[in-house]
Amino acid sequence: MEATLENNYTYKDFESNQEVRWCPGCDDYVILRAMQKALPEMGVKKEDVVFISGIGCSSRFPYYMNTYGMHSIHGRAPAIATGTKLANPNLSVWVITGDGDSMAIGGNHFIHVLRRNINLNIILFNNEIYGLTKGQFSPTSTIGQKTKSSPYGNTQPPFSPGELALGAQARFFARIGGNTPKEMTQLFIEAEKFKGTSLIEVLQNCVIFNDGCYTKYTDKAIREDKQLFVEHGKPMVFGKNRDKGLVLNKLKLEVVTIGENGITEADILVHDAKEQDPTLHQMLVRLEYPLVTGIIRSHEELTFGERELAVTAQVQATSKYKKVDDLFFSGDTYQIKEDGVHYE
Amino acid sequence: MIQTKRTPEALEAVIIRFVGDSGDGMQLTGTQFSDTSAMFGNDIATFPNYPSEIRAPQGSLYGVSGFQVHIGSVEINTPGDEVDLLVAMNPAALKTNLHALKPGHTIIVDTDAFTKKNLEKAQYEINPLEDGSLANYRIIQVAMSSLTKEALKGIDGLDNKDITRTKNMFALGMVYFMYNRTTEHTIAFFNNKFKATPHIIEANTKVLNAGFYFAETLELIPNTYSISPAKMPAGTYRIIMGNKATAWGFLAAAEKAGLELFLGSYPITPASDILHELVKQRHFGVKSLQAEDEIAGITSAIGASFAGNLAITTTSGPGLALKGEAIGLAMIIETPLVIVNVQRGGPSTGLPTKTEQSDLLQALYGRNGESPVIVIAASTPANCFDMAYMAAKLTLEHMTPVILLTDGYIANGSAPWKVKSVHDLPEIKTTLLKQAVDGWHPYDRDADTLARKWVVPGTKGMEHRVGGLEKDKVTGNVSYVPENHEFMTKIRAEKVKRVENFIPALTTEFAASGDLLVVGWGGTYGSLHSAVKEMNHLGYKNIGYAHFNYINPLPKNTETVLKQFKKIVVCELNNGQFSSVLKMNFNALNLCQFNKIQGLPFGNSELIEMFKALVN
Repeated sequence: MEATLENNYTYKDFESNQEVRWCPGCDDYVILRAMQKALPEMGVKKEDVVFISGIGCSSRFPYYMNTYGMHSIHGRAPAIATGTKLANPNLSVWVITGDGDSMAIGGNHFIHVLRRNINLNIILFNNEIYGLTKGQFSPTSTIGQKTKSSPYGNTQPPFSPGELALGAQARFFARIGGNTPKEMTQLFIEAEKFKGTSLIEVLQNCVIFNDGCYTKYTDKAIREDKQLFVEHGKPMVFGKNRDKGLVLNKLKLEVVTIGENGITEADILVHDAKEQDPTLHQMLVRLEYPLVTGIIRSHEELTFGERELAVTAQVQATSKYKKVDDLFFSGDTYQIKEDGVHYE
Repeated sequence: MIQTKRTPEALEAVIIRFVGDSGDGMQLTGTQFSDTSAMFGNDIATFPNYPSEIRAPQGSLYGVSGFQVHIGSVEINTPGDEVDLLVAMNPAALKTNLHALKPGHTIIVDTDAFTKKNLEKAQYEINPLEDGSLANYRIIQVAMSSLTKEALKGIDGLDNKDITRTKNMFALGMVYFMYNRTTEHTIAFFNNKFKATPHIIEANTKVLNAGFYFAETLELIPNTYSISPAKMPAGTYRIIMGNKATAWGFLAAAEKAGLELFLGSYPITPASDILHELVKQRHFGVKSLQAEDEIAGITSAIGASFAGNLAITTTSGPGLALKGEAIGLAMIIETPLVIVNVQRGGPSTGLPTKTEQSDLLQALYGRNGESPVIVIAASTPANCFDMAYMAAKLTLEHMTPVILLTDGYIANGSAPWKVKSVHDLPEIKTTLLKQAVDGWHPYDRDADTLARKWVVPGTKGMEHRVGGLEKDKVTGNVSYVPENHEFMTKIRAEKVKRVENFIPALTTEFAASGDLLVVGWGGTYGSLHSAVKEMNHLGYKNIGYAHFNYINPLPKNTETVLKQFKKIVVCELNNGQFSSVLKMNFNALNLCQFNKIQGLPFGNSELIEMFKALVN
């Protein structure tokens, strides 16, 4: 995956010849372009990039990327990607999934890929609805949400993908609004750099079945006041006037105003994404005001692939078996010297 | 090393069953006897019988563990039905296994284990050794536990547990004497196994010898038996269990094809031993993932196949059901993948530890849409090696999934395997395209096999997408064109059909035409072959036997072969699944069925009786 001079890619190198078929105005277009722009910055060869998706609107994504790709079956992309990455650790492997695909039918694979911490990247398009099947509630739909399958309001409490991920020991979790392409592009680059499973939740607006579900956080007029974009090593300050910040008050995060009640910027919590203990990351994930975006957690440790390779190297270093025949002809073998066949 | 002094009576074959408590070491005892016999040159077949409880209460009826050994100077095809000698280490073992002993034959018991408590646990009201209920058998009563203790006096460092654990070697020593075997191999085994604990080597050796000498001086054993070496092709042999042979077949195929082997699997009885065997093989770079579920087992394998590994997944019936959708994906993206199904009794959880052949129709049809795959089946423990190898060869050369069916009976059974060198195995030519080719399209096909090329990530200039949506017949892009779907459906079927040009023709044994053709498939080979052979010896020369290892597609000459007989009986451990496949393909044939659905293999006598009824 070394960057070489010949790889002077632009986003156009990553556009496939397939016509993009998402609804006009869908955030998926933003994500697609952000990815096409991020890839040339990553220093990976085009032929080493693989996109693997499940089922749903988001999962059409691989068809639109001029890389290797597989549009697979519902919920299974993390397991397929695990096999691909184990088979060839040299590849840059990306899982494209949605809230139905990863939180419902693929929930098991989602938690286990995070637990194992194999070095691949997952982009979760969370639109809090089933789009492709035309508008049923999903595991991230809110209580009371009216959908085709919940005409009187949804009664199933939602998952928070970030909380679920951190509970499953995610080492990298980032969240980003679907209408902020510049930051999104940067997060994709950071996810690729991160050694381990990276999960990026994109708050993706579905213009048809759940339009505006994130407006209260993502509307351009208010988003600086409603969102806190965290950066490792920087104080957690937000607001149009950069005068709001987070402090820890007993066991809760609290929003304070800089300049009021003697609060200065020095009192504001500094974001430590690399901290091993996820307690504060969990609190950030749960916060509704402000909604925390950016890289919330980025704690590197040995990856599953590295552990696997280390064990294999250790076994190979001391093994007497180099070829399969060495095994077949070793141990409890015996000789039949006199040639014969059974009578019939 | 010690040897028998008496002049033994020669036997062609003998069946021995060692039974005792889970902790009595019956598997080890049986394995030692069969290994020693194999090295002596006998043909053998063995079958273990474990309780499903992991640590069942001592002395209980459901905690009995057994190991059956069939050895012969003649061809041995099955672990056998009724036994000639029963070695029972406690009352529960006697009670649960007596039914398998031939009338008039011998039982060896450890009388020390026939305590009031153990008799109660075995639900005996009166001690069967004293109430005359065993009058129809020859009983050799030995106070094995006390004799073992006695033999171990003077060896330091042994606790009670160590002493109890060696009494199985007393029994083995006795049986070695009775069947004119030497103790050499077993003593070598102790020296290797207990290297770190010399006192354990000494203890086991002493008890083994004590058992041997005790039998020699025992008046209850008036004569001993000998079973001469069998006639077998010369060469290097080893005893192999079916599951291990399956695992090794894939090791050989990966090396031959120049690929890394990837296993994605989820533990399930009776398939887990393939996983256990392959996780050990990191020396060869084998990658194995114990996945979070059956679906991740197969889908991780699909991911590995996409990236260029020889990818397999192993399971049993319920797992195959869970894998169905993913098999369809592998089929439509036309990527190599082997699915091993070690069949067990079904439906649902069914009979996990028992054998059955009831997943045939699931393997053939258990998926949505038109999704044919290659289906093949192994017939014996050693044949699992060949069929696993063949499964890998077919999937790599034809670019379509292969389901390999084995079953609990051959997977856990063991038999001699004439070791094959990878060098001597048939070539495997993958369709890998490692460099960019101008004008290449993902769904271009080979003119003979209709296989597409395998182009894996990392290949420069060949980037492409595959997926579960219907594909354009050339580019592989998504296509909803009606004619394209029909074309692709038919060509995928044709691709599987054409495999018939690359598999062996169907053959018959014993007769090529005549009154009755016995038809079997998969793991029943041993029982059916033996029974037809016996019929042949009894003078029924017009009975033939045809065994199928290839089920989809069927061998090209199937109908021609079957038509040479007046009657055909399809014998299966299910309710008639292969029979229905044959009827569907060859509706002019008049087929009889013989089905057994008891979680057990065919017994020899029931087959002979049925054959006779059909020809008389």
